[in-house]
Amino acid sequence: MGGALNQLPIGLSIGAVLLLIALGLTFTFGQMGVINMAHGEFIMAGAYTAYLLQDVGFPIALPAAFLVAGLMGLALERVAIRHFYGRPLDTLLLTWGVSLVLQQAARDLFGAPNVQVVSPGWLRGSVGVLPYNRLFIMLLAALSVVAIWAYLNRSAPGRRMRAVMQNRGLAATTGIDTGRVDGLTFFIGSGLAGVAGVALTLIGPVGPTLGTYYIVDAFLVVVAGGLGQLKGAVLAAAGLGLLNSYAEFWTNASLAKVIVFVAIIGFLQFRPQGLFVLRSRALT
Amino acid sequence: MLSVEGLEAGYGTARVLFGVSLEVAPGQLMCVMGRNGVGKTTLLNTIMGVLPATAGSVTFDGRDVTRLRPHERVRLGMGYVPQGHETFPQLSVMGNLQVALEAAPHKDGGAVDEALEVFPGLKPLLKRPAGFLSGGQQQQLAMARALVARPRLLILDEPTEGIQPSIIIEIEETIERLHRAGLAMLLVEQYLDLALRLADRFVILDAGHVARSGPARELQGEDVHRLLAV
Repeated sequence: MGGALNQLPIGLSIGAVLLLIALGLTFTFGQMGVINMAHGEFIMAGAYTAYLLQDVGFPIALPAAFLVAGLMGLALERVAIRHFYGRPLDTLLLTWGVSLVLQQAARDLFGAPNVQVVSPGWLRGSVGVLPYNRLFIMLLAALSVVAIWAYLNRSAPGRRMRAVMQNRGLAATTGIDTGRVDGLTFFIGSGLAGVAGVALTLIGPVGPTLGTYYIVDAFLVVVAGGLGQLKGAVLAAAGLGLLNSYAEFWTNASLAKVIVFVAIIGFLQFRPQGLFVLRSRALT
Repeated sequence: MLSVEGLEAGYGTARVLFGVSLEVAPGQLMCVMGRNGVGKTTLLNTIMGVLPATAGSVTFDGRDVTRLRPHERVRLGMGYVPQGHETFPQLSVMGNLQVALEAAPHKDGGAVDEALEVFPGLKPLLKRPAGFLSGGQQQQLAMARALVARPRLLILDEPTEGIQPSIIIEIEETIERLHRAGLAMLLVEQYLDLALRLADRFVILDAGHVARSGPARELQGEDVHRLLAV
């Protein structure tokens, strides 16, 4: 039974990483409807940022990774994606291409083999079955959820962002510079991917394809949780993380993926709109 | 105040406006009329920059705004209440007004209270999500939101369409009051009697052209009815 109990922090911390990634997608995919295939590479960029800064200190790496990944996202939105709004298929191809370019760039810069980030000393050790590094990831995700909730619901730029996502045309004629809001949305969403990347360095090696392992699961979290819904994303991420780790524990890695996908497909048959749905008289 | 010259616009290859011209003087209430599908909403959208003008010009306060984006026009003092009592459905009523204040050219918080004085019916609803209001309440909110920016020209697209009769009267009285207070307005309205009561001048559109225009008292006769009859 001890083995099964050990899976709990593993599942929850994977869920926490998925949540961090999904939070970013909540902005770019959930709010703006852009399927950004390069989102996974922003995770990778955040992870390599932590790798480069490991001698400087872990607390510096978090904001630095947010900034690096955020600026990459902002650049991608300003230079390319904004010309493709309303054309999902083209956006998909475009960002997929960008994702391949970024992976190759990482190979050229850091080499194809994985690198290891040495966790800071204060994250080694554990309380009971709960290792500090996994506990830290969960706290990081919880903190990010609170910060994002406060940003969206309690700050002026957050309110502006919600206004644009709820009614773009009306926002423009209310005096909001929608292009600027789009850029900021991408900056924050991509920055969160960078933070997720830093979290991943605590539980595994870093490689050019790091992001691709997690991006599909993260999209599933967003869809299963309900588009653009914070509490849905939290529940779906925890559920998916746990399901993944227990399915892996009781079967094997590839069968676990099959089980997860079948479960998601089954779930979406019954609730195609996800766990939570926005209800409103005026919503079309 | 607002001067539209030979404006042309459309959707893709379908042209809707064929050289529309009109003037709104300071403090004047100009009513745009015409049957469904003659280009009234397209005209307003093009004046606000929601749709690009393919030819012609829009001048506001002596400044050519034809190529400006919608939010830049709002900052110059043009207010717009689009058709269909639109709101930000998941923001509270207060949130709808705040977001307008934060985007306004001025930063005077008193503007929200002023807008609520114009529509006191919204005061008990401030915490409700806008999407849960009735159509009439949403229309009042839509107008209050535009007023928060303290526009010098208010553009209204069929503010009484699909609204319960008790609120139509309120909205009508509000338009009259704002007009008396000296606010210039460009109003799209389907109903002749309402237009007659409110407007200083009128323009009747037909198939993307200005078919008739003049002072409100000339809004009568066989040909006017023919242009407006459904």
